[in-house]
Amino acid sequence: MPKFWRGVVYSALLLAALYYLLPLYVMVITSVKTMDQIRAGNLLSFPTSISFDAWSKAWSSACTGVECGGLKPFFWNSVRMVIPAVLISTSLGALNGYILSKWRFPHSELTFALILFGVFIPFQVVLLPMAQTLGWFGIARSVTGLVFVHCVFGLASTTLFFRNYYVGIPDELIKAARLDGAGFWRIFFRIVLPMSTPIVMVVLIWQFTQIWNDFLFGVVFSSGDSQPITVGLNNLANTSTTVKEYNVDMSAALIAALPTILVYVFAGKYFVRGLTAGAVKG
Amino acid sequence: MSSPTQPAQYGFAERWLPRLVLAPSFLLTLIFIYGFITWNGYLSFTSSRLLPSFNWAGLTQYHALFALERWWVAVKNLFIFGGLFIGGAMAIGIALAILLDQKIRAEGALRTIYLYPMALSFIVTGTAWKWMLNPGLGLEKLMHDWGFTNFTFDWLVNSDMSIYTVVIAGLWQSSGFVMALFLAGLRGIDDSIIKAAQIDGASLPRIYWKIILPALRPVFFSTLMILSHIAIKSFDLVVALTGGGPGFASDVPATFMYAMAFTRGQMGLGAASATMMLMTVAAMVVPYLYSELRRSRNA
Repeated sequence: MPKFWRGVVYSALLLAALYYLLPLYVMVITSVKTMDQIRAGNLLSFPTSISFDAWSKAWSSACTGVECGGLKPFFWNSVRMVIPAVLISTSLGALNGYILSKWRFPHSELTFALILFGVFIPFQVVLLPMAQTLGWFGIARSVTGLVFVHCVFGLASTTLFFRNYYVGIPDELIKAARLDGAGFWRIFFRIVLPMSTPIVMVVLIWQFTQIWNDFLFGVVFSSGDSQPITVGLNNLANTSTTVKEYNVDMSAALIAALPTILVYVFAGKYFVRGLTAGAVKG
Repeated sequence: MSSPTQPAQYGFAERWLPRLVLAPSFLLTLIFIYGFITWNGYLSFTSSRLLPSFNWAGLTQYHALFALERWWVAVKNLFIFGGLFIGGAMAIGIALAILLDQKIRAEGALRTIYLYPMALSFIVTGTAWKWMLNPGLGLEKLMHDWGFTNFTFDWLVNSDMSIYTVVIAGLWQSSGFVMALFLAGLRGIDDSIIKAAQIDGASLPRIYWKIILPALRPVFFSTLMILSHIAIKSFDLVVALTGGGPGFASDVPATFMYAMAFTRGQMGLGAASATMMLMTVAAMVVPYLYSELRRSRNA
């Protein structure tokens, strides 16, 4: 390619990088400014001094509606929700995928298709019945209820991920193990699971991101002291105070984003693989 | 135990164990997906308001829904948002993928930058863009400081324009994802085809337009599916950015459903709108799934 065009390509790519990075830059610098600095400067102006007051306010004393305890309780609700939900939905998905690819039975393809449809439904269609059902189970408006909901509606995608991965493991391997007398569980734990590290990483990260970032289930199925961080952030940003404190809003947004950003930074490879695998194959 | 000479013969336990292990997930799917869809459908044929009732009301809720201006605003917004979001994300994503495919130095770093918004919650994205686009201290002030003193930007609070702010934030969040999908697709294309075309004297843009992009048709379709899916489900971004406002000017079906079912005590109406959303998705997904499963069976 001629030098001139290479220059054009690089400029376009760098411009695009700037476009994606600017909002993050704005969030970070706004979060360390005082309100006076925000009023005196503009979106892009560099802070004249750095203050973490907005961060500590967002964490422990900002108002989220009538309560004024910051994002801290919401953050811990999300942690208590995401850990069991991710582990349970991933384990079930691994077993389902193993069965649907290596232990096919009559109509197992139809079973797979029926489960797969769950990836696509707009969840609005299950909200009303679910709200009622959680009430019957006695877990309405609780973190336990949210864990249950995320497990049930995460099953479809975790099953899809594992099934598509396990299809790639040669059937001969399973047959050979069977000839040696290994059964269903032994083959799973001794042969299939040790080969699954990449896909387990992909699914763990996928589920973590999905569940941490979820807002719909959080806002519908929880209230008061069981709400997850996304609901807390939204309440915080929409609580009308006399002065809109954008620095606190941005600190809160960064606190809510931090866990998934860290995952992205340290395990981005698996995150991207999950995105593209789910799309290209699903 | 199967004997070594007849490996195809499963023992009793081996034949039933897989089905038994799969059964809980299958039952959960049957109840919580298909059962709930039916239940929601039933609710939409009742006169349920604040509390669920089982009085059969026929199509009353659907008549009410279709007579409601707010519903049609939501549908129109979905078309505006969906069209611009899908078209825009495709255009930006494909362009970036092609540019990145030119043996770029630091490709990995650029890719990481383009894709990180995808790791954020829509609520985070909405909160951030709400600050940047706010008419007081945001973009408007920046432009004034840069000397464009007549610049005004009030889309967030302007009923005619607020849905477009959702498009702006949505594109920022999701266009990198399209880039990743197409880049993966581009890397899967056999180099020899391109080399042959180059030997024939075809220019690079022509090769992309005539050979490479047509070869990426499957990627194009699955991306289209995913983007329309994100568009129809979009709820968080609208809530965080505009709250559906001003008034209900930037409502979409997902926020309409939530408002009716959970804050305004119009359960039947909410159920009816949810059913409409499901039908829209099903009209796209069922043919797609069918063709995908057929293809994988024939492959």
